Amino acid sequence: MSKDIRIKKGLDIKLVGEAEKTTTKLPLSSVYAVKPEDFHGITPKLTAKEGTEVKAGESLFYSKSDERILFPSPVSGKVTEIIRGARRKVLAIKIAADSKQTYIDFDKKDASKMSEQEVKNHLFASGCWPFIKQRPYDVVANPNQAPKSIFISAYASAPLAADTSFTLAGKEEELQVAVNAISKLTEGSVHIAIGNDEISPLANLSGAEIHKVSGPHPSGNVSTQIANIDPINKGEVVWVVTPQDLLVIGELFLTGKFNLERTIALTGSRFNNPHYVTAIAGATVTDLVKGNLNNDNTRIISGNVLSGKQVNEDGFFGFYDNQITAIPEGDDYEFFGWNKPIFNKISTSRALTFSWLTPKKKYDLNTNTNGEHRAFVVTGSYEDVFPLDIYPMQLLKAFMYKDLDEMEALGAYEIAPEDFALTEFICVSKQPHQKIIREGLDLMREELG
Amino acid sequence: MSLKQNLHNLKEKYKGTKMAPAFNAIHTFLYLPNEVTHGGTHIKAADDLKRTMNTVIMSLIPVLIFGMFNAGYQHYAAIDSSLRADIIANFFTWDNLWIGIIKVLPLVIVSYGVGLAVEFVFAVIKGHEVEEGYLVTGMLVPLIVPVDTPLWMLSIAVIFGVVIGKEVFGGTGMNILNPALTIRAFLFFAYPTWMSGDKVWVYDAVNRTGTADAISGETILGSYAQNQEVIYSNWDKFMGFIPGSVGETSTLLILLGAAFLIFTKIGSWRIIVSTFIGAAVMGLLFNAIVDASIITESSKFYGLMNTVWWEHLMIGGLAFGAVYMATDPVTASQTNKGKWIYGFLIGFISIMIRVFNPAYPEGVFLAILLMNVFAPTIDHYVVQGNVKKRLKRAKVKTA
Repeated sequence: MSKDIRIKKGLDIKLVGEAEKTTTKLPLSSVYAVKPEDFHGITPKLTAKEGTEVKAGESLFYSKSDERILFPSPVSGKVTEIIRGARRKVLAIKIAADSKQTYIDFDKKDASKMSEQEVKNHLFASGCWPFIKQRPYDVVANPNQAPKSIFISAYASAPLAADTSFTLAGKEEELQVAVNAISKLTEGSVHIAIGNDEISPLANLSGAEIHKVSGPHPSGNVSTQIANIDPINKGEVVWVVTPQDLLVIGELFLTGKFNLERTIALTGSRFNNPHYVTAIAGATVTDLVKGNLNNDNTRIISGNVLSGKQVNEDGFFGFYDNQITAIPEGDDYEFFGWNKPIFNKISTSRALTFSWLTPKKKYDLNTNTNGEHRAFVVTGSYEDVFPLDIYPMQLLKAFMYKDLDEMEALGAYEIAPEDFALTEFICVSKQPHQKIIREGLDLMREELG
Repeated sequence: MSLKQNLHNLKEKYKGTKMAPAFNAIHTFLYLPNEVTHGGTHIKAADDLKRTMNTVIMSLIPVLIFGMFNAGYQHYAAIDSSLRADIIANFFTWDNLWIGIIKVLPLVIVSYGVGLAVEFVFAVIKGHEVEEGYLVTGMLVPLIVPVDTPLWMLSIAVIFGVVIGKEVFGGTGMNILNPALTIRAFLFFAYPTWMSGDKVWVYDAVNRTGTADAISGETILGSYAQNQEVIYSNWDKFMGFIPGSVGETSTLLILLGAAFLIFTKIGSWRIIVSTFIGAAVMGLLFNAIVDASIITESSKFYGLMNTVWWEHLMIGGLAFGAVYMATDPVTASQTNKGKWIYGFLIGFISIMIRVFNPAYPEGVFLAILLMNVFAPTIDHYVVQGNVKKRLKRAKVKTA
């Protein structure tokens, strides 16, 4: 039974700098890094030491809570540095890449002939387990819990998001193999959401339910789709895989190689030529943006403008990301900015803000907060951009005063921080919604398991 | 060096000091701060709380200006009732405006001056930024008091209202009662003679009491409550050429303000509409009681009960309360469903108090304060509905 999803509430943020659909293949970076903080909630136990030679796919560290979950090196080379922060927390493991890449051979496998446990073990061994994340809590999946279903959102509705129909084009075989494999992991179904009017390479996969999604952002957020197809109840677990990670899993089964190369969108007004490049996750940002970026007072984001992470030019591209966004910083004062008519910024109100007149216009927004942090005052505005059957402000407040029962009752199991990105964007009181949600989910995970 | 740079340097200099909030309040009034996002979304929508509050103030300007003219008009019309024959010619005159300038503007200035001073003091003591909540309250207060309210009285009420009504709860966004109405309630209970009767609504009427030049001006509700004839036409009532608190008389301008607030998505149309519906329903009920001859002309409630239901919507402070007071997002219900219930009950109870309150024939501010108290309860049950739905879904699954 396939079910189409139509979302009415939401907001498409149209920005300047959409990636043009051409792909440049970038040469190998000299340095790569794996950042444990990309894997939220994982405490790393290092296996690699400074000076160790690793192959692509060889594990660098494993999870303290489950030794089977390995985190692999994206490239072959030599571990040059382990950067630690306060209390010796591992911040990044730097690897100098070999000029000729060598891969561990994990053997070709035919998932259809494998049992659930065999598939799991193969994903563990090859370092592909971290691609599987879970709801509740939005963390790397706990392999000991059985998911009631697995969701893949191949529809990207976030601002300037990479178009998966483009980045995954021609990869039908890998995707099918990967779906065959992960469908072994659940007794329920694998749900794939694709855009309504696009020709997705995932549209004709077998062994999964395909759902067509339409409507404004956050229609592409996997929580929105879960809520419409198979909502999470207390005690239930749903697993989530992104389509570009599916590709890695597919390639692993087909060739035995762990290959983290993916197509990345360079987007935002600060790129001279926003387009797609192929690169390996963990690459130095400088290498990805070289010759293309106007870096005069620019914010570089690994991910999209709503939920991505700020990175420096000498930082590293995130493990789960498929997009780099560069927008101008907004660290300047604006004379009478709080009451003059505004034409060049997005607003959902019409309080002398005129973005409602030009719904198709693309904006060049900067990072200014457009106001100061305040207590919650305005009500009823979040609901217009929040499609889940949850009271967003009440949930946020419950998260702030950390009442676990109330958090649970109001729907905390169904959400991820990214679901509160739009409410954070429009928040008149400039509250940090995603941070509140993240901290609350962490607390719940700690207290309730 | 430019003003912008100078102010920036001063801000850096004051950073971390006690006076920083006071300085920043003035600075951010001139310039949108240079703050950038960190963590969370990297971009933010254009609106902030100042803009939201400012929108409400803009919607109040026509009401204020009309109120200034009306202050003079009611004064001169009370002296020479022939002026009422040609309202249009005698309303927008410099004489009328002058009375407004000497009587209404001081109310505005004192309200803002005292209220913002309290806000600044609290911001400095508690080390938080000066919040914008009072920008609207400060404008509402002069509009909901009688024109002759002494300024010292207003000052005391404002201090009481801001401190007890808001700051003790933690400031803007935390208060339970609408601060402007808390101020009015304080005035009403502390100085009842200045808030009711037939003298206070017209400038100089109190001073002239007992002299040969004595004037008076009863509000329409006052006349009805005493089962007297009302001299004003429905047109007067709708346009606002009637005595009353400074800004609440013109239903037309209030509705224009409401349209502006709803269009800008700042005011909740749910509350505004449901308040009028609630008032209309109560009015209809009372009309039905009179029609059924349960209440006769001998009853002291007859005058107000017999008032046609739609007239109730134009007289007194109902429209002003529905549009500007009930919609305060902090003290109203916060859920969309709750807003319908909240508004409806405000309208319903307003008319009920209006009819049954023997001492003071107006109930809007009391009804809103009452519902302010019950708003969290309404929200609680609305939210519980959502919680139950979630629990039910889980049960169906396991069954």
